[in-house]
Amino acid sequence: MNNDTAIRTHDLTKRFGGFIAVNKISFDVKKGEIFGFLGANGAGKTTAMRMLCGLSIPSDGMATVAGFDVYKENEKIKKSIGYMSQQFSLYDDLTVKENMRFYGGIYGKSNQFIKEKTKLILDQLQLKNEANLLVKSLPLGWKQKLAFSVAMFHEPEIIFLDEPTGGVDPVTRREFWTMIYKAAATGTTVFVTTHYMDEAEYCDRVSIMVDGRIEALDTPAALKKNYNTNSMDDVFLQLARKATRKSD
Amino acid sequence: MRTLLFLLQKEFKQIFRDPSILRIIFIIPIIQLLILPWAADYEIKNIQLTVVDQDHSAYSRQLISKITSTGYFRLANYTNAYPQALKDVENGDADLILQIPVAFERQLVKENEATLFLAMNAIDGVKANLGSAYLRSIIQDFNREVRMEWIQLPRLNPETQIDITTSNWFNPLMNYKYFMVPGILVLLLTMVGVNLTSINIVKEKEIGTIEQINVTPIKKIHFILGKLIPFWLLGMLVLTIGLGIARLAYGIVPAGSVLTIYAFAALFLLAVLGLGLLVSTYAHTQQQAMLVTFFIMMIFILLSGLYTSIDSMPTWAKWITRLNPVTYFIEVMRMVVLKGSGLIDIKKHLLIMLGFAVVLNSWAIMNYRKRS
Amino acid sequence: MKQFFVFIKKEFYHIFRDKRTMFILLGMPIVQIIIFGFALTNEVKNAKIGVLDFAKDAASTSLITEIQASRYFDIAQTLSSQKEIEPVFQKGNVKLVIVLPANFNAELTHLHTAKIQIIADATDPNIANQLTNYASAIIRDYQQRITENQQLPYTIQTQVRMLYNPQMKGAYNFVPGVMAMVLLLVCTMMTAITIVREKELGTMEILLVSPARPFRIIVAKAIPYLLLSTINIASILLLSVFVLGVPINGSIWLLLGVSMLFILVSLSLGLLISASADTQQTAMFIALVALFLPTVMLSGFMFPVANMPVVLRVLSNVVPAKWYYNIVNAVMIKGLGVQAIWKELLILSGMLIFFLGLAIQKFKIRLA
Repeated sequence: MNNDTAIRTHDLTKRFGGFIAVNKISFDVKKGEIFGFLGANGAGKTTAMRMLCGLSIPSDGMATVAGFDVYKENEKIKKSIGYMSQQFSLYDDLTVKENMRFYGGIYGKSNQFIKEKTKLILDQLQLKNEANLLVKSLPLGWKQKLAFSVAMFHEPEIIFLDEPTGGVDPVTRREFWTMIYKAAATGTTVFVTTHYMDEAEYCDRVSIMVDGRIEALDTPAALKKNYNTNSMDDVFLQLARKATRKSD
Repeated sequence: MRTLLFLLQKEFKQIFRDPSILRIIFIIPIIQLLILPWAADYEIKNIQLTVVDQDHSAYSRQLISKITSTGYFRLANYTNAYPQALKDVENGDADLILQIPVAFERQLVKENEATLFLAMNAIDGVKANLGSAYLRSIIQDFNREVRMEWIQLPRLNPETQIDITTSNWFNPLMNYKYFMVPGILVLLLTMVGVNLTSINIVKEKEIGTIEQINVTPIKKIHFILGKLIPFWLLGMLVLTIGLGIARLAYGIVPAGSVLTIYAFAALFLLAVLGLGLLVSTYAHTQQQAMLVTFFIMMIFILLSGLYTSIDSMPTWAKWITRLNPVTYFIEVMRMVVLKGSGLIDIKKHLLIMLGFAVVLNSWAIMNYRKRS
Repeated sequence: MKQFFVFIKKEFYHIFRDKRTMFILLGMPIVQIIIFGFALTNEVKNAKIGVLDFAKDAASTSLITEIQASRYFDIAQTLSSQKEIEPVFQKGNVKLVIVLPANFNAELTHLHTAKIQIIADATDPNIANQLTNYASAIIRDYQQRITENQQLPYTIQTQVRMLYNPQMKGAYNFVPGVMAMVLLLVCTMMTAITIVREKELGTMEILLVSPARPFRIIVAKAIPYLLLSTINIASILLLSVFVLGVPINGSIWLLLGVSMLFILVSLSLGLLISASADTQQTAMFIALVALFLPTVMLSGFMFPVANMPVVLRVLSNVVPAKWYYNIVNAVMIKGLGVQAIWKELLILSGMLIFFLGLAIQKFKIRLA
């Protein structure tokens, strides 16, 4: 195992009955990289990500995350990763502070750590005055940024983001990506799925999934060159047109 | 261990942040415990009686006044037409018809034998049976009086008379509330417990927070314990309030030790909460969880031996009652409250309940999958 | 109106796609009616009792045989001393002990009298009372037989006729009761929860901004349950007739019609709850925990309403299941017609209007 590989998959597959959601995908993600995981709705992105996070058992193939095997060492993987799901999943009926304290706690962080980190995040997000408000009372954009910070709270090696900017306004999206860059700068590997092609440009490398397979994987610049165009949008459209699977 | 503390903190905060549900958890049991036990009296009194008197004799009048003076029967109607009496039963105005046929008195005197006819609404079997038993014993008494009038029996040909003395142990005043109040408390406790937990994990599934939990290295047992402990404490609190009501409103002081009740309740709550969690791990939506809970509750409550006797059930139903934790708690309540049984007397019950608690909770832990 | 049907269709899709829920919804009443129809009876049968026979002579043996032969008792313990009584009660092995005195036979034949003691475990007074009565009745019959042999004059015979339920089956009483319970609770719970669920998930807002009239949307959610409940009534009735042997003596159409009315009452009660609850859990607590025991205890099928204190008798009038239980009893078991149940019909209709009106009112306030 190469020491600077954060995630490695080989022929990773997930079947639901006769339906092959993820079909033999193979790729490596380097440490500290921002890895974009693109694909139309229903292409299999979320399923692939859930396998890597230890939420779903693969049907076939191999994968290691942070050096741990997804089949046997899934609970060890969980210590090293953060995850932000598509569906907003902080506790609505807890306050901003309580959510951070809770997640810090279950990752086994010390009270001291939790206290300092909470303060730091509240500062960064400028949420000091809202610290004791219930999460449900926050606007969506803030919630998303908060969810990201909570996923990063225990300082994981790798962070998985499943469409983190869905439904968020452009300004917030920009801020969000600033946060992602900051995280990557500290050495965190970022694995992110997205619909937005402008966001793909921010990634170090992107893979594009079509019908459960990875059809392309390279840096945005190389992809554009290969597909003879100057926008990621175009690259994506050329590939996505091949899809036979219906989006949901 | 520390993880568990954080989980507990979170669960408690969530519980206390929803005052509407918290209010309901306490108010429903209090109100129902104050009202419902009064309804639970099987003691048959005020049986509505329609008399069809076709004789209009001195004896018929004597018999009727003897019946009404006992206090068990209320004369709903007095008529001489049987169809009219039947109509009373149909309308629910009468439970029982006593028909005194034409020439009843004359036949009794002249031919040494006469027949009375009873007809009763047998839809409710107990009322019918007990009603007819009371009425027949009154008629037998009356019969004896009639005989005494006509002949001096004792010397020559004495009528055999068996003296029956009855005594009611453990509850000599036959106060059914001693039995009903603790029983209803058990039912309420079960409902609150199972309903609270059965929804809990599914709710996290439905709103998606469970994903965020599953992706953490949290141990399954911690997660389940984090759910169990707060509701267990709430349950014990409901029990305490319930026992307080039993004491203050009904004057029920357990003959045995309250601590025995608490000891058993501690295990019982673990078992029913575990059951709720188990339902929660299987259900996909809160709706499913609720339907299943309703189904289980209905069986638990109606086959608990509180309302109907377990002895009267067919064998297969008796097996169901043995798989029903509520049955055991109701038995324990009876034993401790009325018979003064102690921990040693309920040893078997304690062990069985421990078994329930262990099996249901382990099953819930096993069935809660962090990975699909 | 067309929109209305579109909404109803949508609700049907929701329900029929969730196979599990469908399965539970339709299977549950079947299982329940069978279990309760066979298992529940107010009557005490095969009660375990103990006998302490000091006589062990011809008379005591024949009396004991008679007791054992009765369907009420099952002699589980033969005791040999007074001291053993308390422990068997403590362990809960028997519910009643009958004590026959020494020289029972001799006393009966020579003194024409004897003393029998019946000791009941009165922790459950209702059962104790019944058992004591049954035991006394058996002893009195035994005594009467001896008396008959003595050829006494002036004897009054009694002939007893059991109306409607000659075999004294528990199912005659419990089928109508369980029917009322299942229909009421399932309908109320399901309606309340589906609506609150949409509130909770936020999809309600989406429906409410559509051009359809808000209350129609809400009513549309209740309609599929009307259909499902109709299927449930059919299966309950088929089972009670063919499996439990409870006949439908009256008009089946009247019974079905009245059941529909009762379902509508339950659905509207569910609507009302959904208007006041914000979370599914609250809805569940109101629909299930708050309604369950009052329905069991105040509708009359478990405990006769006539026996209750005045306050509870008055209170029982607000329990919809009570009226439905009365109706099913009258139509199904007694075979009566509309003229016997008009009062109940009026009350249920009144409840329907009241619940529905209040629900509309509440929704209007919330939606405005």
